[in-house]
Amino acid sequence: MDAGDLTPELLGAAVWDDAMVAAAGIPVHDVPFVTVGGGMGSFVTADYLRIAGVPASDIRVLSNIDHPWQTYQYLTRVSQIPEPERIRSDSSSRPDNIWGFPSYALSEAWRDRTLRPLVHILGEPIFADYWTPQAGTVFASLRRESARIGYDAMLVKGVVRMVRRRAAGGYFTVLTPPAGSSATKRVVYRSRFVHLAVGYPGLRFLPDLQEFRTRHSDYEHVVNAYEPHEHVYEFLKTKPGTVLIRGGGIVSSRVLQRLIDDRERLGLQTQIVHVFRTFVTGAHGPHWWARRKGGDGFAYQGFNYPKSVWGGQLKARMRRLEGQERAKQYAEMGGTNTPKRRRWQKQLRQGRQGGWYRAMQGVAQKVWPDTDGTLVSLINGDNGTVEVRADYIIDCTGLEADIAEHRVLADLLEHGGAGRNPLGRLEVERHFEVKGTASGDGALYASGATTLGGYFPGVDTFLGLQIAAQEITDDLARRGFGRRIGPIRSTTQWVRWALGRPV
Amino acid sequence: MVPVLLGRIQTRIFLLAVVGSVITALITPVLPGGGPLADRYRTAFVVLGAVAVLGVAWELLYHLLMQFRWEKDWPSLFGLLTGVPEAVVLWLLLRAGAVPGVETAPPVAAFVLQFAAVWTAVWLAANGPMRVPFLRWRFRGGRLT
Ligand SMILES: Cc1cc2nc3c(=O)[nH]c(=O)nc-3n(C[C@H](O)[C@H](O)[C@H](O)COP(=O)(O)OP(=O)(O)OC[C@H]3O[C@@H](n4cnc5c(N)ncnc54)[C@H](O)[C@@H]3O)c2cc1C
Repeated sequence: MDAGDLTPELLGAAVWDDAMVAAAGIPVHDVPFVTVGGGMGSFVTADYLRIAGVPASDIRVLSNIDHPWQTYQYLTRVSQIPEPERIRSDSSSRPDNIWGFPSYALSEAWRDRTLRPLVHILGEPIFADYWTPQAGTVFASLRRESARIGYDAMLVKGVVRMVRRRAAGGYFTVLTPPAGSSATKRVVYRSRFVHLAVGYPGLRFLPDLQEFRTRHSDYEHVVNAYEPHEHVYEFLKTKPGTVLIRGGGIVSSRVLQRLIDDRERLGLQTQIVHVFRTFVTGAHGPHWWARRKGGDGFAYQGFNYPKSVWGGQLKARMRRLEGQERAKQYAEMGGTNTPKRRRWQKQLRQGRQGGWYRAMQGVAQKVWPDTDGTLVSLINGDNGTVEVRADYIIDCTGLEADIAEHRVLADLLEHGGAGRNPLGRLEVERHFEVKGTASGDGALYASGATTLGGYFPGVDTFLGLQIAAQEITDDLARRGFGRRIGPIRSTTQWVRWALGRPV
Repeated sequence: MVPVLLGRIQTRIFLLAVVGSVITALITPVLPGGGPLADRYRTAFVVLGAVAVLGVAWELLYHLLMQFRWEKDWPSLFGLLTGVPEAVVLWLLLRAGAVPGVETAPPVAAFVLQFAAVWTAVWLAANGPMRVPFLRWRFRGGRLT
């Protein structure tokens, strides 16, 4: 084995000491705070800490991407949210601004010298759909904030392999730098604090579609909306075809919009069959005074959870719930849903009238190719078992893999003392410390999708990542790292933000 | 900000005390009506106090109505429009002499102008600038403590 690689001794020990790491010949870098991932979660956390007075030299972002918005940008692009399109979250979810003021709508009004966005937000959500920013605007704002806080100086490229506890307190984070960029295979970051924001552990396909793909080695006709699938739209431009869509969340709405936009713009003849596992026919909910809108198969909700989850009554309520009670509440207000946007409603209405959009309830049992190449899905539903033929199947269910599929998280579950919450993800405290992982005077935090199921449901959103970052920053301040941001610091820092001055 | 009950009440009292007082102090000398300035100021500040005190009851009502909303949210337009019934009720109380400290109601124009100015300023502050000094306020349903 090369010097500077993990040894069997290290791999087997849940807790390491400095001598063990030195014996393996792995170089060690000291820094008080390490954040793993380097996506949106790491970015907003670093942003908060910088504003709380932590110097850039005390923070390292370990990541395999160059810009914090890179993975988000990739996923939005393939799932049909090009830069001019508007994203899902609202005007005051601003990952580049911890205050959420001015909101994106106010900034846009100022930039374009128009009152339109402001009139729009005044009417939302009653007289207008939620106003949401364009994806391109979000990226531009992130680029600016990233430069302002000196993000690039904190970034270290590489893939994190594991985080282990250190006998004398704190943690060792093992990084595999890009090939050729380092003398040893691994380097270690020794820190008092670690933050994990690794995003989605991975994508999972619906079982029947997975089986089809492996059995027929066909990755072209059955695609996931989160992987590049432009070829589907290109094919439909050359020849009329049928597309089968699975899943009723916002991603299906985006894909439908793309199909129908192309149909309108280019005069295509695309036929669409939409299969919902749960077909929502109307308002639904636990009590007559707590009902969510629904219809035509979809459950309608502006954001992935009810709005008060990010700061109102439901946030306060969830904070108090444990175990099964919490899981039940998650089931009631979450689930698959999409916003009821006027444009989408109109397009689907036209599709139903024209007979080229058909929606049905059902679960696919099996998919196979017919002799002429069309895909046949055997669907078992309320109307019995039917065969549906299509040229392409787009899986929009967005199933996320188990957290143990992520190497760092699996290691943490096995060696780090971490456990699972009622939804099976990482169990975190109200301040986002991963339960069971404390090490001396150090602490390990996590935010983002890996922590869904905790005391705060909105974790996998910009605003949720900022809420987590605030809790983490406050907890770190209690431990003497960085300052608690009080009203005066908050205001002076906001002025610096507004003027574009460094923190 | 999506409020919780305590947050509604705290935010209302805080913003009326800070923003409402500044607006009232500035606007009162130019409001229509006669009499010594000191008396007009006294009336104007009693009116402001009444918006705060009656407001606690109003907030209970709004909180109840909010329970019928699936998202348990309170759109900002509601925050603006609820000023209308509040102003009407307060005016009726002033006319009826039911507000302690005000024997004769101010001229209707003076009342409407003061109320509208204070209400709009408080509403604007609550919909943005408030988040600048109070970083945690919007995540706590409007609670300041
Ligand atoms: C299509 C789509 C649209 C969305 N729209 C919105 C929206 O409108 N509003 C909203 O608020 N939220 C939205 N979200 C949800 C969420 O806010 C974003 O996905 C956000 O990017 C999540 O941030 P994150 O840091 O958790 O993950 P990411 O931004 O994905 O970052 C995690 C990063 O960690 C890296 N990483 C993982 N493991 C390792 C390792 N071992 N070593 C090094 N690096 C590693 C990954 O490469 C990845 O880049 C959307 C999500 C999707 C998929």
